[in-house]
Amino acid sequence: MSHRILLCLSLFLMVGWGSSCLAHIDTFVFDTPQDEQRFRKLSTELRCLVCQNQNLADSNADLAMDLRQEVYEMIKDGKSDADIIDFMVSRYGDFVLYRPPVKPITYLLWAGPLILLVIGAYALFVFVRHRSKEGVLQSGALDAEEQRRLSTLLEEKAVSTTPDPSTPERKK
Amino acid sequence: MTKARFLIPLFLFLALIALFVVGLQRDPREVPSPLIDKPAPQFSLPELLDSNTTFSTADLQKQPVSLFNVWASWCVACRQEHPFLMELKRRGEVPIYSLNYKDKRPDAMAWLNRFGNPYTAIAFDEKGRVGIDWGVYGVPETFVVDRKGIIRYKQIGPLTEQAWQETILPLIEKIRAEEG
Repeated sequence: MSHRILLCLSLFLMVGWGSSCLAHIDTFVFDTPQDEQRFRKLSTELRCLVCQNQNLADSNADLAMDLRQEVYEMIKDGKSDADIIDFMVSRYGDFVLYRPPVKPITYLLWAGPLILLVIGAYALFVFVRHRSKEGVLQSGALDAEEQRRLSTLLEEKAVSTTPDPSTPERKK
Repeated sequence: MTKARFLIPLFLFLALIALFVVGLQRDPREVPSPLIDKPAPQFSLPELLDSNTTFSTADLQKQPVSLFNVWASWCVACRQEHPFLMELKRRGEVPIYSLNYKDKRPDAMAWLNRFGNPYTAIAFDEKGRVGIDWGVYGVPETFVVDRKGIIRYKQIGPLTEQAWQETILPLIEKIRAEEG
């Protein structure tokens, strides 16, 4: 039993360890840990054009391998992150970025959720106010006729309950 | 006005459906290239069939308009596209240059021997480095380049008679008209 637990645990560790590293088996050697960090960050933020829902780090597509190599070489050459992003965008467009830039064509994309939130909040506000107004009208506006019916009902109830208190209230 | 209010959700729903219908008919694989209307990336590569000569971007500017087709012998869709390229060569309307992308020379040459060579000249991009500069992410891709070396259009996926008639041929005529 304890063997099994140990096996599970070690498997779990291996899997966990594996996925925390990059999921492919390129052997890039960096001069500094900072460079390696940059490489990981860039390759997770850039989209693979072939498997469009994967980033460069996760994808095993041929092109993704080439582009990782490209990113690696640019880091080695001392290029900045902005240079590398520019390199990608000038070739493949904003689509390679998982984090789209804020510019006129993406205003709606960025502001959309906020706009929907405002519309939703306004709709909720109007709805709630409408509801509470209706409530006030109903409770406060008994006209003479309604008042009369109310008192008859109350009287009826009073009459029917007096003789036998054990009778359920709703029964006439 | 108040009567029609219960129809609002219906209209919202129909608007959503319309959005989906439009969205579903678009191909997410067709990523708009940022290279359109920009100068073609410079390169100089060995010719596939004759490694002593080179093929460079300048070679694409010899005619008023040229096609630059990216292909590989391992690419299934290129095989599918190939008969149409042969047909285009037969029509002789426009020269077809090409980039042999991430291929092996013997494989590429065997492919051409077997199916025919529709290309005027072929640049051999073994490493795929030039392909990256041209923003190639799936073969086949076809660029339309004018005499000034400007990329005017990019076809992603196989060239078809339909794409040719509807988009590329009108563009070619337009470019020719611009030259006068």
